Amino acid sequence: MDREKGITILAIESSCDETAAAVVKNGREILSSVISSQIELHKIYGGVVPEIASRKHIEKINQVIEEALRQADVTLDDIDAVGVTYGPGLVGALLVGVAEAKAISYARKIPLVGVHHIEGHISANFIEHRELEPPFPCLVVSGGHTHLVIMEDYGKYRILGRTRDDAAGEAFDKVARAIGLGYPGGPKIDRVAREGNADAIVFPRAHVADAPYDFSFSGLKSAVLNYLNGCRMKGETFSQADVAASFQKAVVDVLVEHAMMAAEEYGFDKMAIAGGVAANSFLRTQMERACAKRGITFYYPSPILCTDNAAMIGAAAYYEFQNGTRSGLDLNAVPNLKLGER
Amino acid sequence: MKILGIDSSGLVASAAVVQDDQLLAEYTVNYKKTHSQTLLPMLDEIARMTELDLNTLDAIAVAAGPGSFTGLRIGSATAKGLGLALDKPLIGVPTLEALAYNLWGSDRLVCPIMDARRNQVYTGIYYFENGGMKTQMLQTAVNVEELAKRVNEIRRDVIFLGDGVNVYRETLEQKVGVGHCYAPAHLNRQRAGAVAALGCLYAAQGKFETAAQHQPDYLRVSQAERERAKKEEAFGEPHD
Repeated sequence: MDREKGITILAIESSCDETAAAVVKNGREILSSVISSQIELHKIYGGVVPEIASRKHIEKINQVIEEALRQADVTLDDIDAVGVTYGPGLVGALLVGVAEAKAISYARKIPLVGVHHIEGHISANFIEHRELEPPFPCLVVSGGHTHLVIMEDYGKYRILGRTRDDAAGEAFDKVARAIGLGYPGGPKIDRVAREGNADAIVFPRAHVADAPYDFSFSGLKSAVLNYLNGCRMKGETFSQADVAASFQKAVVDVLVEHAMMAAEEYGFDKMAIAGGVAANSFLRTQMERACAKRGITFYYPSPILCTDNAAMIGAAAYYEFQNGTRSGLDLNAVPNLKLGER
Repeated sequence: MKILGIDSSGLVASAAVVQDDQLLAEYTVNYKKTHSQTLLPMLDEIARMTELDLNTLDAIAVAAGPGSFTGLRIGSATAKGLGLALDKPLIGVPTLEALAYNLWGSDRLVCPIMDARRNQVYTGIYYFENGGMKTQMLQTAVNVEELAKRVNEIRRDVIFLGDGVNVYRETLEQKVGVGHCYAPAHLNRQRAGAVAALGCLYAAQGKFETAAQHQPDYLRVSQAERERAKKEEAFGEPHD
């Protein structure tokens, strides 16, 4: 391993259904990133089962960490800090990573840095875009979160809008189930929608009256379900591809519109996206197009860094570490941790 | 042989260090369930008080279930993290064995009872013979009436202990037909000293696990798996 000076972080992520560990140097260079996904286990239940997720985490966590150290060709002696996701997420799942990270940090006297999962998602952009620096607006869309934020500085976030009900990814999952695609909905709708007509059915684009940057997706979800019911009552079949494409467009239209509104109002010439739904190919192309039209540089992580991983936690932990954040032995999992909270 | 013991399987959080025939330190708290925040600071306190260098430990013994699913995982993940960081083996000690070991040397049967909810208890039946603990009934999840029946069948006096005692005291009083009593306050809950002491015995028998291998023994599948199995039973299992 190259021994030039730098900060090397071991990062651990277990907030939902991926057990992940990574070794990241100076916040932007991945030395290793190991992800043990449980998706297959949860498929038969149509979604993540928290107790099963927690059990899988405890079963896999040491192997995942050891593999991350091995692939990075480092030992714990080379690690300057341990970063761990402590919220938001499933409490039982988070606790596995938090307890493990604390024990490693304590036993080896390595500083511990608790990381906000969403700040991790945003920081995924730093790994792939070395030139990207705050401030910039970022659209965070995943199975559990939909936020439009301005990252003002490292560790400093201003929330412009959030979802009032379902997260965007949640709506994808629910609609996928309703049209018989199964779990996880995001990638399946993305694929099927390519064969469909996005203008075949006009679904509503919800706007929240008093909060122009907020999102609401439950009305859209209901509209899709109503449409499907209507088809059934009339004895008509529906086109899975058209429903998927039209639904996806309704979601993406609102996401892009809000993001562009923020860039214009706050005068940014750059824009980033993050989170599992940021891997959606239609969202990427629509954002790219909208940004290009306005002369905005568009940043997005590659799909493997969009979905849950520990490399992004390592990136966020690095800047927290540089800001002086140190978590204690009493660090707890905080399932509903707010963005920007410490 | 120096062994760290950890138990966070129930309402009690406890950490202890045993060296051969001596308990060097034990920190046990039975107050609110915030194990995630308290367990490691408790271990740190012990380490500072006894000038313990964690590298001198031979193994980490952890109450490995049954118990609260989350509580077990906090103890397990802590033990696994320590094992990984210190390159030390783990010893998984069945929770109910460790509870029973609190009453080492009793001439009665020892029957620890933990409240398992859903009208069940986690329990086992143990006795002492020639200075060693023997298992009469392996730890399991049953309803308390079934436990009383088993105890009655053995026809020996028994001591009950554990957090399930108060929950099921009335039923025990009604159904247990043999002489019985209840362990006192200082012996009737999980104690990491017992986990570590049993850990020493396990170690002497070579019953180690790697930190990577270790996982709790819940004695129960998750609710989702249970409901799914029930559904499959009702509709018949799918065949290819």
